[in-house]
Amino acid sequence: MLANRVERGRYLDSVALMRVSRRLGALPGVEAAALMIGTPSNKALLREAGLLSADGERAEPNDLVIAVRAADAGAALDAAAAMLAEKPAQASEALRHVATLRRALELEPQANLALISVPGEFAAAEARKALERGLNAMVFSDNVSIEDEVALKQFAAQKKLLLMGPDCGTALIAGEPLAFANAVPRGDIGIVSASGTGLQEVSCLIARMGGGVSHGIGVGGRDLDERVGALGMLAALDMLDADPATRTLVLISKPPAPRVAAKVLERVRRSAKRSVVCFLGSEQPGLARTLTEAAEQAMQKKLAADTPPRGEARGRVKGLYCGGTLAAEAELILGDRGECVDLGDDQYTRGRPHPMIEPELRNEHIPAALADPAISVLLFDVVLGYGASADPAGVLIQGLRGSRKLAIASVTGTEEDPQRWSRQVAALRAAGVHVAPSNAHAAALALSLSS
Amino acid sequence: MQRLLAGPLRVVNVGLAGFGRDLDANGVPVVQVDWRPPSKLQAVLQRLEERAAQIDSANDEALRRILAADPVLVGVRRAGDLIPELDGGQLILHAGPPLTWERMCGPLRGAICGAIVFEGWASDLAAAERLVERGSVRFAPNHHFGAVGPMTGITTRSQPLLIVENRAFGNSARCTINEGLGKVMRFGGNDAEVLARLAWLRDEFGPLLDRALQANPVALSPLIARGLTMGDEMHQRNVACSSLLLRAIAPHLAVAGSSPAVARALQFIAGNDQFFLNVGMAMGKSMTDPAQGIAHSTVVTVMCRNGTDFGIRVAALGDRWFTAPVEMPQGLYFPGFSAADANPDIGDSAILEAIGLGAFAMAAAPAVAGFVGAGGFQDAVGYTRSMAEISATRNQKWAIPALEFAGTPTGIDIRRVVETGIAPAINTGIAHKRAGVGQVGAGVARAPLACFEQALAAFADAR
Repeated sequence: MLANRVERGRYLDSVALMRVSRRLGALPGVEAAALMIGTPSNKALLREAGLLSADGERAEPNDLVIAVRAADAGAALDAAAAMLAEKPAQASEALRHVATLRRALELEPQANLALISVPGEFAAAEARKALERGLNAMVFSDNVSIEDEVALKQFAAQKKLLLMGPDCGTALIAGEPLAFANAVPRGDIGIVSASGTGLQEVSCLIARMGGGVSHGIGVGGRDLDERVGALGMLAALDMLDADPATRTLVLISKPPAPRVAAKVLERVRRSAKRSVVCFLGSEQPGLARTLTEAAEQAMQKKLAADTPPRGEARGRVKGLYCGGTLAAEAELILGDRGECVDLGDDQYTRGRPHPMIEPELRNEHIPAALADPAISVLLFDVVLGYGASADPAGVLIQGLRGSRKLAIASVTGTEEDPQRWSRQVAALRAAGVHVAPSNAHAAALALSLSS
Repeated sequence: MQRLLAGPLRVVNVGLAGFGRDLDANGVPVVQVDWRPPSKLQAVLQRLEERAAQIDSANDEALRRILAADPVLVGVRRAGDLIPELDGGQLILHAGPPLTWERMCGPLRGAICGAIVFEGWASDLAAAERLVERGSVRFAPNHHFGAVGPMTGITTRSQPLLIVENRAFGNSARCTINEGLGKVMRFGGNDAEVLARLAWLRDEFGPLLDRALQANPVALSPLIARGLTMGDEMHQRNVACSSLLLRAIAPHLAVAGSSPAVARALQFIAGNDQFFLNVGMAMGKSMTDPAQGIAHSTVVTVMCRNGTDFGIRVAALGDRWFTAPVEMPQGLYFPGFSAADANPDIGDSAILEAIGLGAFAMAAAPAVAGFVGAGGFQDAVGYTRSMAEISATRNQKWAIPALEFAGTPTGIDIRRVVETGIAPAINTGIAHKRAGVGQVGAGVARAPLACFEQALAAFADAR
């Protein structure tokens, strides 16, 4: 039976709601469950899923909709209410909570950055408000229109402020990790990246080679699109160029439109600082071909190679990835010997947290790969850091229980991350997973073993 | 932006709280904005931004008047002498915005029937009801006559009313005398015991208290300041203020009447922790009335409920009521009662929240937090903090020790309420939904946002 309950005037962030949705959906007798704020777009999603009743239709953007299809819908709704009433495990009393940006600035008049992670349809307005009040902004939210992105970046330039994103998942500013970032020591390498996991991989490899990062600026995945014209990356380059703490520049992106690439490379050439450019997938000479190479060139040394496992596996490689850029990098290396699935893609994450937050999502795809006789090597990324799952290696090990296929992984993280790199690596190795020093190494190893 | 890279980083985190917690754990100063989708009146708010300077200065004036108030409890008088209309016909005043008999809740009807018998307009409750059904009795809100009343808030001609004079502005306001706990008219009680107590208040206690107050008027603002430091928030908890008031008037009561009468009076006050509630309410009304009518001010001057509708008035919008259905209080119930027995929110006592007391001062009264179902002390602090977001200023005369002596948040701004979606919280007693049963619990109610949305729309259209 389908039932909706609308709680007027209740707002919770989508991650919190998706967690409750998942727990609720896992209860016996519950066929489907979703908790969403009653925005028009969310209601459309619920309607499409056949989860919106007449009650839910009446919900407004300030209301919470609890939707269940269950044998005993009343009991399921009550269970949802009980889950929502649970207090967060961490005591966040120290954190000052307010309702508006205006009030936040009364409490913290020296604030210099707004980190914005509201639903995409509202993110541009919040970013504009922050810029108007003289704050730099990092827009984590995606689903911001490209017109809004351009307008925001132009407005930021006019206000001489930094705008990171939209869709910027990772940044390191003045030594502080923001959103999905790792505990990387400070150093003299400045990174500008259009990819969050790309920035994570490069900064972690630099850390593991003994180096450090001055700043890691995320510009969002579309910044080097023709329509945006690298407004974000060019502004970030200006900043890092003028920053005395930065001596080496590293640029990370998918291959940009040729005109945009030329503009960016021209700007890099004008800098007196040493620079490394990685347009992942570009064959252009002089550029780093992989994230590992970018880190190595920045450090001017090689990442220590590992001892490959013995044996050979005749078959194809299947990569199941949480990080989109890591999946793309591996696929470039594998060529026609395998394929990689980016499980963070919208088609897999609808109504569910990103697999970096909840890697359980990936485990659902492992049995099919294990059952496929054409596949002999499985390839994984394990992404650590703030915002990520507390024990992604543990979750992956669960998913691989009973597997006899060769599993290769790399762990993107540092020793100072909350999950601790060495501990995650040790757990994977103890479970029989071969851990390579980087994602590019892992993919190259998978390639060499599959042939 | 170069300054950003020079650090140190100070962050406002808008959205996912996990990011804020991580930054906090890393020692980065961070303020968490618990974001919610913008109000449907976003466009109206935007339009009002252009008038912000004018509105802000009007609000400054409204708050100047509220904070400059000098409320003094000066005496007790027969209601009909203070409000001549009560003697002019069968008129009964009630709590909240106007409503007709047909729409009245059980306790309000019960209290009205009791009051009719008390006034001698009918011989029993059934006859009283028939009198009303015939249309012989008129009803009006207390607020239309400079009065307030808790819960059902019934005011009739022969009842004694407390008078609070605001000496800074020369206006005054009045309220009935608190009848005590248990079966009382403010909760819809109407039996012989209830009516006998009302008669005693009228015939003996009221005149006695008046003589004591004539000899020694009591300045209330300093008394409130001390009560806050003693754990009162003056809505759910009035233990300290009732005691302080008793201490101030006891010597004067002692010489105001015969020994047995004085003993009964002292015992009555001593036995009622909420005795001060009605004094505080009249005080609240006397404080916000001078702000009524200030053009361009978005400060709320009245919040009240009649058990069916919640009503507010706004400084710039004069006598207009903005009403919406009342909500059910969330709270704790006396043994044997549950939410199923509860009457919706009722009473003029929300005037206390309009002057920054009650739920707005919850952090001063940790003992109340548990009782009204708000949880622990941190939750109490949370109430005061969130009410500060919708308030125009803080009243430094009324400081809360546990908040480093921060003043109580004062002056609800309808713009802030609509913008944040934070509805004012109100500490309240809960009446049984059937007439005559009385109080069954206590809790926190919310003012319906719709009142503030309507008021904001009307304000924006007003010129």
